[in-house]
Amino acid sequence: MFTTLARIIKYGFQNFWRNNLVSFATILVLLLAVVVFQGMVIFGEIGKQAINAVQDKIDISVYFVSNAPEDEILKLKEALLTLSEVKSVDYISKDEALELFKERHADDPTISQAIGELEENPLRASLNIKAKNPNQYSLIASFLENDSSKSVIQEVSYSQNQVVIDRLAKILSLGRRTAAVLTLAFAIVAIIISFNTILLAIYSNKEEIGIMRLVGASNAFIRGPYIIVGVIYGIIAVLLAMILSAPFIYAASPYVAVFIPGMSLWGFFMGSFFKLLGYNLLFGVGIGVISSVIVIRKYLEV
Amino acid sequence: MITFSNVSKTYNHHEVLRDVSFKIEPKEFVSLVGRSGAGKSTLVRLLIGEDKPDKGRIVFGPYEINKLQSQELPAVRRHMGIIFQDFKLLPRKTAYENVVFAMEVAGRSEEDIEEAAPQALELVGLGKKMSNYVHELSGGERQRVAIARAMVNQPDVIIADEPTGNLDPVNTWGIINLLLKINELGTTVLLATHNKDIVNQLERRVISLDDGMIIRDEDKGKYILT
Repeated sequence: MFTTLARIIKYGFQNFWRNNLVSFATILVLLLAVVVFQGMVIFGEIGKQAINAVQDKIDISVYFVSNAPEDEILKLKEALLTLSEVKSVDYISKDEALELFKERHADDPTISQAIGELEENPLRASLNIKAKNPNQYSLIASFLENDSSKSVIQEVSYSQNQVVIDRLAKILSLGRRTAAVLTLAFAIVAIIISFNTILLAIYSNKEEIGIMRLVGASNAFIRGPYIIVGVIYGIIAVLLAMILSAPFIYAASPYVAVFIPGMSLWGFFMGSFFKLLGYNLLFGVGIGVISSVIVIRKYLEV
Repeated sequence: MITFSNVSKTYNHHEVLRDVSFKIEPKEFVSLVGRSGAGKSTLVRLLIGEDKPDKGRIVFGPYEINKLQSQELPAVRRHMGIIFQDFKLLPRKTAYENVVFAMEVAGRSEEDIEEAAPQALELVGLGKKMSNYVHELSGGERQRVAIARAMVNQPDVIIADEPTGNLDPVNTWGIINLLLKINELGTTVLLATHNKDIVNQLERRVISLDDGMIIRDEDKGKYILT
């Protein structure tokens, strides 16, 4: 068993090396497929970060009447947190609201002076609510409409921002679906091209496969080396893709940061290097092996 | 050892073999003769399981060839040494590697291979060209490699389909002498040929085919097709 495996591996490397022109061409095509796949993974991450950045900016605020008891507000906060749609609820008391206001206008002496002259805090306590999904804000708003704390609520920002929030939710959802469809389309194109390249590579060995069968080679003995070659193609294509794409990612990183503040493409690439390598290997080696298995099967039916 | 019982085969409405029956015993040297298109190669293809008969039974040792599944054939072919007119060598391998490949697929040990593969090549006179790739060898040398590969696993039978068809007279007799030597060592040989001179000089059993039918089966026969 071990001897047979060792022989299969030996023939795999031998086929790869002695068929060097075909190997080179196949690796080149696989390399392009892996680069496309890796691009999809990276752009998927950029898209996710962009969507998250926009999503993080969406929230609804509940403003309370000035004499609303704090325990009533906190009770509402607890009730909101029990909703499955709610991601987070931040309570900002009247005093905290005033402090934030002062901080925000510290550079403006007129406002600072006006605040100093006030006898009473005119700001209202509020709850800032973030939903897990932008299209869930209407559900949270209707919960607030029907809650027993309604009497202490002065205003809910959702009704004012409803159109914007709904539109953003639709755009984000469309963005996600478009990304998924594009990813699938590119993956299918990459797989078809790679499959056909491997089909042609093995087709050129069709006669050899027939000879091996005549000599008495079992299907596993014939198939095995082609699978090994598929693995070698995949590994080399993936390593080349990672090495060749690194300088481009490094160069593009500052430009991406302009569009998505806080996003470091290079940081993501380096931080997810092994994850990316794993995905790429799964894709590249997967295509190499699966294509080989499918193609060789056709010639083993003789 | 080999039995054909009422075997028929049709390709594109043309009956290539008609009700063919014969038996070959162990250690026999049998020439299968006939004009081009007489059915010799079809008979060989059916015997090695490359095709199935429409009718009849083909038995080789314990195997009923016509009933074997595709995945069962490799094991049977390891008991056969097959030689073709176009050599059918693995083109990206050396003479030595071609012989070794046949041994490796048969599961022979490394020690065995290291001993028997050079011996087989020495026997066919290619001791000095073991490291040559197939494209570096002449037609006669390629056929010698094919013979070394066919005999190295000590098969029960050598099946040679027009092995000298692409060779000059000197190489032709070199190959025939090798087949005779293999037969003397106890291996059955089935030689499909339309070379009259060879058959007539061999003075061995001759099965003559014409238009898909056996017209003659004689011990120490001659090449007669009428």
